[in-house]
Amino acid sequence: MIITPAFNEEGAIGAVVREVKSLFPEVPILVVDDCSQDGTRDAARLAGASVLALPCHLGLGGCVQAGYKLAFELGYDYVIRIDGDGQHDPAYIPKILEALRNSPCDMVIASRFFDGGGEHTNWVRAIGIHLFRLVLRPILGKPVRDPTSGFVGVKRSALAVFAASFPLEYPEIEALVVLQRKRFTFQEIPCRMRPRAAGRSTITPVKSLYYIIHVLLGVFVNVLRFEGRRRRRQ
Amino acid sequence: MTHLLNVVSVAGLVLLAAVLISLRKSHIRVEHSVSWLAAAVALIVLSRWKTALLWLTGALGVSDPPVALIMMIFCVFLVVLYRFSAIISELKDANIAVTQRLAILEYRLEALDHERQQALH
Repeated sequence: MIITPAFNEEGAIGAVVREVKSLFPEVPILVVDDCSQDGTRDAARLAGASVLALPCHLGLGGCVQAGYKLAFELGYDYVIRIDGDGQHDPAYIPKILEALRNSPCDMVIASRFFDGGGEHTNWVRAIGIHLFRLVLRPILGKPVRDPTSGFVGVKRSALAVFAASFPLEYPEIEALVVLQRKRFTFQEIPCRMRPRAAGRSTITPVKSLYYIIHVLLGVFVNVLRFEGRRRRRQ
Repeated sequence: MTHLLNVVSVAGLVLLAAVLISLRKSHIRVEHSVSWLAAAVALIVLSRWKTALLWLTGALGVSDPPVALIMMIFCVFLVVLYRFSAIISELKDANIAVTQRLAILEYRLEALDHERQQALH
């Protein structure tokens, strides 16, 4: 199953769904609408997607987790998340799926920095990504090139974890730590991101600063939680 | 000093009255009013019972009773705010889980309805 979290993406969501459906007509695509104020829901349905409509705005983490929960309950073995703004090229979906099927890892990240790329991001975010790489390296035990990528695929094992516990705001980085704490593994594959098809990114430089502080706090809280449980078991 | 204590007493009484009125009108639940009632009572007691205030001044190691009173007020409200932060966090988690469950149930209900319509035709 392909899930697409969307909030006020009326201008882009239809094209994203149509592109995915034209490439993979047999794969169900689920748009998780985070209580959009515009016509996102109708545009997604018109384009041929199923829509999981949240009655209240939950933010990205809650929105993605709702999709993971539904996919888990419906029994899917592989779920690929692709954003609704058109930045993720669905042509990489087979590569993500292939990596999920042919490797023991539980999550595959499509990384825009794999081969030195990394366009379409502001400078504060670029500094943040560099900082996250440094912080995550010792926690994850291996380098991660694009920890903020939302273009990911997960196996059912990871789906079970995320359905039960998923970070609510800015979830990508904390999700990596959540997985690592469960001794699950991830792998990165190269991809190229495209500019947004429509609308504006909600991530401004000021929000990026808040993002960095929030995520670092979330990462350390997850590390502390794990250590606490381990100590109690001993 | 006496003027400050009178002001604190009045503030405590106003807080007490406001909480009781809110309880009566069901604007605030009983379990959430306990912290505010305790805060109001603490303000009134400390501002009216000088021996307690002097003891508190000595216990905190400050020279001035008004400073001790302000420190105590600050601590009481810090505890109340912390308690409500914990309650809000719990409620937010519950709210998210309920919202997701509602959306999933609605989705599955629509799918069932769609299947039923197709079976009828």
